Amino acid sequence: MGPSLFDFLLVAAILFTLGIVGIFLNRKNVIVILMSIELILLAVNINFVAFSHFLGDLVGQIFTLFVLTVAAAEAAIGLAIVVVYFRNRGTIEVEEINQMKG
Amino acid sequence: MIVQSIVFWVLAFVLMASGVMVISMRNPVHSVLFLILAFFNAAGLFLLAGAEFLAMVLVVVYVGAVAVLFLFVVMLLDVDLVRLREGFQRYWPTGVAIGAVMLIEFIVGMFLNWQTGAGAGAALAAKTPDPSVVSNTDALGRLIYTDYAYLFQIAGLILLVAMIGAILLTLRTRGGIRRQNIAHQTQRNREKSIELHKVPSGGGI
Repeated sequence: MGPSLFDFLLVAAILFTLGIVGIFLNRKNVIVILMSIELILLAVNINFVAFSHFLGDLVGQIFTLFVLTVAAAEAAIGLAIVVVYFRNRGTIEVEEINQMKG
Repeated sequence: MIVQSIVFWVLAFVLMASGVMVISMRNPVHSVLFLILAFFNAAGLFLLAGAEFLAMVLVVVYVGAVAVLFLFVVMLLDVDLVRLREGFQRYWPTGVAIGAVMLIEFIVGMFLNWQTGAGAGAALAAKTPDPSVVSNTDALGRLIYTDYAYLFQIAGLILLVAMIGAILLTLRTRGGIRRQNIAHQTQRNREKSIELHKVPSGGGI
């Protein structure tokens, strides 16, 4: 018996939870928060591919391709913002990013 | 089939372990390296699920581009590692509690209340062709370039906007630098460039 749909879903759920916990644990380091978001998107992709495989529908894989595109764009923009912020303020601590607070 | 199960659980275990390491490593560089390991194992899971093209895209795009971008930025920024870890002791009970609640919800939702609907088999948007006849990449290409051509264009547009945005954000124009201006040079003439003064003897200018 090969891996079932629930095996894939369990792994994806654990990976998603790890991403959420990572956002809470690393409240100060923006780069690790971005990496946690990548983990979350990876878990979502695993879910899509698993459903695509077990339902026999190819559209799940196409959607995964678009999720990958958006994730790459998000990482590029996020890291650019981090670089600019570090250049202006000399720190990347999330708790000190409160300039726009009303 | 038993081989597939063993490979699946080995890949899944390494994937989850490297996920834990990504969020708990002291040094962000090690986090990025474990993120790369996680991507490789996820690509293995994709292969097991028959998504060969996506597995290769995951390795090329994520490991080759995104993870290297992370590595560049982590090494470029001269951050104080000790100060970045300060909140760890304070936040881990909250984080672990919320994670446990979410995981329990996921598992309860998956194993108790969820099942494939009766009409799911008839409602497929694009049935996967037999892999021995049409390969995975071939089948995906046939779908993307026909039914999903507009979405494909929009995905390209998103990447273009992200590229322009990243360049524009990090572009720095420094003041006080004298650069060569060809148009300015070619438009110079004798009247603008030379001033003649009649200097009286012994008087100075």
